[in-house]
Amino acid sequence: MLDTIDPDRTTDARFGLARRVTLPGPLRLDGGVLLSPVDIAYETYGTLNADASNAVLICHALTGDQHVASTHPRTGKPGWWTRMVGEGRPIDPARHFVVCANVLGSCMGSSGPATINPATGRAWAMGFPVITIRDMVRAQAMLLDHLGIDVLQAVVGGSMGGMQALSWPATFPDRVRACVVIASTARHTAQNIAFHEVGRQAVMADPNWRGGDYHDESAPTAGLAVARMAAHITYLSEAGLTEKFGRRLQARDAKSFGFDADFQVESYLRHQGLAFTDRFDANSYLYITRAMDYFDLAEEHGGLLANAFRATRARFCLVSFDTDWLYPTAESRSIVQALNAAGAPVSFVELSSPYGHDAFLLEAPELNRVVDGFLRAGA
Amino acid sequence: MSTTTPQETLRADLGIIAHHVARGSRVLDVGCGDGALMAALRDERGVDARGLEIDPGNVAAAVGRGLSVIQGDADVDLQGYPDASFDYAILSQTLQTARAPDLVLDHLLRIGRRAFVSFPNFAHWRVRLSLLWGGRMPVTRQLPESWYDTPNIHHVTIDDFRAFLRQRGVIVEGAWFLSGDKQTTSAAANLLAEHAVFLLRGEPGA
Repeated sequence: MLDTIDPDRTTDARFGLARRVTLPGPLRLDGGVLLSPVDIAYETYGTLNADASNAVLICHALTGDQHVASTHPRTGKPGWWTRMVGEGRPIDPARHFVVCANVLGSCMGSSGPATINPATGRAWAMGFPVITIRDMVRAQAMLLDHLGIDVLQAVVGGSMGGMQALSWPATFPDRVRACVVIASTARHTAQNIAFHEVGRQAVMADPNWRGGDYHDESAPTAGLAVARMAAHITYLSEAGLTEKFGRRLQARDAKSFGFDADFQVESYLRHQGLAFTDRFDANSYLYITRAMDYFDLAEEHGGLLANAFRATRARFCLVSFDTDWLYPTAESRSIVQALNAAGAPVSFVELSSPYGHDAFLLEAPELNRVVDGFLRAGA
Repeated sequence: MSTTTPQETLRADLGIIAHHVARGSRVLDVGCGDGALMAALRDERGVDARGLEIDPGNVAAAVGRGLSVIQGDADVDLQGYPDASFDYAILSQTLQTARAPDLVLDHLLRIGRRAFVSFPNFAHWRVRLSLLWGGRMPVTRQLPESWYDTPNIHHVTIDDFRAFLRQRGVIVEGAWFLSGDKQTTSAAANLLAEHAVFLLRGEPGA
């Protein structure tokens, strides 16, 4: 289909890796604040076709970023979803124009507590307005306006990315034709909120946090690491942890009768926590977990989830994993039921995996088969 | 099957169902397997087909064909579907595997304005011979599993099903009886048919 490609689009400065745009806004946030301007860091892969009908928006999870299929600038690691996005993958730049933007409130270039408040010339810190999942989606829509994309072929996300994906047709019913929601939920439960609160309290209990004003001094890395450790457990399954670590000791033959990381699982978690602080901002962690806790799509639509989907003609595909206890299958099922009640075309499958919530990021041939078939059906 | 050329690759009972579903209608296929019937209905008859299937591998295969299929259990998940939300609800080769086939049938007639039900006939002469002469649970072409691993937990005969429909006041709008790929007469069906397909309607005039 080379003849349908507008030659200008291939050299357009709006398209490519490591892009950042400052949009004037204002963006009216759910909390009532008008945010202006709005910075959005993003990447695009592939070529937008002449009628701009092949755009696929990828929504990232809590600590994810726009580097969905490109090397992360700080960690040097490959993109976080190269199993789903790339050549020969279900989302393929050869066919799709892939857009992935850093969410509002995050710390990889989009407006958030770590960016500069133009009014003060200093980091927003805790002065940044509290945001919601829907605010993230509205910011993404502003980016699509900037990119010249009116309607998405699909919006795809796992975990918090799935919350955004689900919010898309609810917020912009006419701007999305297909919606893929993986290992996600339509609302945060008390247990979800509880785990997040543990993480937030760990950050705020770190003396380096200083009410969020740590940007000129040491960051609250100890607190943020503990937050990440607690959260990380929720992304795995007990069976997965047992298989990977069991009760094995870390580089020693006997227990130390002290409080070193005797067990491999302790050492692993400490490493995960510490590595996380190299790439993530503590205040962003507070803001984004808050946005997730506030998420209740039914509440935004008169208490009935089906109402969220009555105006859209989008097709839906939901996938859950049987060992995911963070967003268990029952959450996906209740979304499916609401979609059915709204008359929306919906597919759903619970896949089997030993890896818990994180399964959606790992090699899962069945997941790829489902997403590929679903996306091709609407193309 | 000579009258159903577009569905030649379909199993015989599915071919009959596909041939009698009205064009452009809305269909729910309960126990849709890998979506073979749904795909045929969509491609040949412009049907808006939705599926319910218990096996995740089958769901993945069906979604891979671009079909809208939900993984679920007919015994549990039919109650979430609104009344009369489909023109047809189809239950092919699934009735005898349900824990509560009577309730599944109630849901079918509630959700669909009409229902297709197909099942293997447990009174087929081969089955009878197997029990009469062999004294063993039959293992036949239609019932290939042994007693301990069969998913068919509610074996039913054509006459059982007819009596059941009469008892419940369900209207039979059509019935087809298959021996292999060939149709047999209604009168001898309970003995000669391996398979039955019924087109049903709930209330008179509905």
